[in-house]
Amino acid sequence: MSAQIKKATRDSYGEALVELYKENPDIAVLDADLAEATKTIFFKKAYPDRHFDCGIQEANMMGVAAGMASTGKKVFASTFAMFAAGRAYEIVRNSIGYPRLNVKIGATHAGISVGEDGASHQCNEDIALMRAIPGMTIFNPADDVEAKAAVKAALEIDGPVYMRFGRLAVPVFNDAATYKFEPGKGVLLRGGGADDNLTIIATGLMVNEALSAAEILGSDGIKARVINIHTIKPLDKEIICAAAKDTGLIVTAEEHSIIGGLGAAVAEVVTDCCPVPVVKIGVNDVFGHSGPALELLKEFGLTSENIALKSKLALKLK
Amino acid sequence: MDAQIKKRLEVTACKVRMGVVEGVYNAKSGHPGGSLGLADALTYLYMARMNVSPDNPNMPERDRFVLSKGHNAPVLYSVLAHRGFFPVDELKTLRKIGSRLQGHPVMGKAPGVDMSTGSLGQGVSAACGMALAGKIDNASYRVYTALGDGELQEGQVWEAALFAAHYGLDNLTAVIDNNNLQIDGKITDVMSPYPIDEKFKAFGWHVINIDGHDFEQIEAAFNEAEKVSGKPTAIIQKTTKGKGVSFMENQASWHGAAPNEEQYNKAMAELQARLDELTKGGE
Repeated sequence: MSAQIKKATRDSYGEALVELYKENPDIAVLDADLAEATKTIFFKKAYPDRHFDCGIQEANMMGVAAGMASTGKKVFASTFAMFAAGRAYEIVRNSIGYPRLNVKIGATHAGISVGEDGASHQCNEDIALMRAIPGMTIFNPADDVEAKAAVKAALEIDGPVYMRFGRLAVPVFNDAATYKFEPGKGVLLRGGGADDNLTIIATGLMVNEALSAAEILGSDGIKARVINIHTIKPLDKEIICAAAKDTGLIVTAEEHSIIGGLGAAVAEVVTDCCPVPVVKIGVNDVFGHSGPALELLKEFGLTSENIALKSKLALKLK
Repeated sequence: MDAQIKKRLEVTACKVRMGVVEGVYNAKSGHPGGSLGLADALTYLYMARMNVSPDNPNMPERDRFVLSKGHNAPVLYSVLAHRGFFPVDELKTLRKIGSRLQGHPVMGKAPGVDMSTGSLGQGVSAACGMALAGKIDNASYRVYTALGDGELQEGQVWEAALFAAHYGLDNLTAVIDNNNLQIDGKITDVMSPYPIDEKFKAFGWHVINIDGHDFEQIEAAFNEAEKVSGKPTAIIQKTTKGKGVSFMENQASWHGAAPNEEQYNKAMAELQARLDELTKGGE
């Protein structure tokens, strides 16, 4: 376990596919002219006759994936989140989601950390879109270890799965030797006692920021519980409701729009079981723009410092 | 084509059309026009061509059919019922609560439906996926799909057309149901897809033009498609929307409207007369 190692989860995706094929020859991987970027290139090099480039046609790719899955193939369809969830939304809904076909969508380059490509490619809405599809499982892993485990878990699920990966190299904080991925289960990373002052619930690359934020808060004598939600859907209601009851305040952190994402999902849960303030940190209903990923994350408040600041302010809501 | 077989197909197609009218009349909604036009091609496929088994609708080696023009569900259901996948009487449940016969086809609900469709342009992509999977597995099954001529206005169709040619999917045959009408009127007035044959040729497909109400031409086309190597085949069939029911023929207004009781009786009487004529002297 080392916070020094950094790796983009898109690389984890590509590597996991190669690994999984060894025991799952029914796997087929589709891409839409982005193999070098989504990292399915690793799979293409290892198993060229099981990798199918669809060219720049995401809608058709999702339909092809559905047709292949209907014959028993385990299909991974890969492109950027913007095109997987955005451009191909209705095909994902009607050709994959509705018949509950065994298609795993590998959506890379999610969120603002796409960086220099700008807002056309920075998809901050994919979680919202995919959440709205009945029966869709959504994984948003936080680091390399979790991402690889999520790909494996996706393969074992009978039905459609949307997996969200990033372009930016992020710290690897989970320990590969001991990490266990349980779909639909939140992971308690810090705190857990009845005297926690608040709970920070984070997903994706914001989980590591949430842990750092808890350190900052700790130095000020504030005890923050930290929960990693790698499975956005189905959401772990139990861990969220317990956090609401124990700490009376939730701060959410995600690299996604505050509309329809993790924060919204958490708020929906606590209004049902234990209404407490839910302060949402994410992209505030605006488009991004070009720039280095780390600078953008800072500008849009997706940092440990901002989580700590917002958490302190939020304590006044209790 | 053997005269006996031809006659049997004509008889079945007539019964299939009656099933379409029965379903849409009972549902009080649905799409009779295109369904009646497509009846001959689907009757041929399911009764004389495709390797399917009503007792084992999901058998892995079966031929597949994807109704990309999913709103023609009434004719798919009618053909499946007449092929023995479920009782013909069930056609009366079309579009009703609790029915397996949803307004547009749903795989896993009605036995024999190989893919959920309804949103135009999507079925043909799924058919490509099935055909590609067949190639990977070196499977013997063939994949058929039917598209509307209006459906060709969807961009996804042409993505799929590129894909099928690129991957040499010669196990895929697409029937283009060219009845020249869509909801808003003539396809040439709304958004012309012509020339359809030249477009598919340019996309790398083998193209066959036929009269979609002539079983001999239908059979010859599918025979030819099966012999084509290295490329998919598009069978462009000229059909009459509403075929077999005089007042529905060539009327865009019957694209998505159900007959009232009087119209239902008239339509069924016409089809019954045709059936009597065909079966004069025994089936």
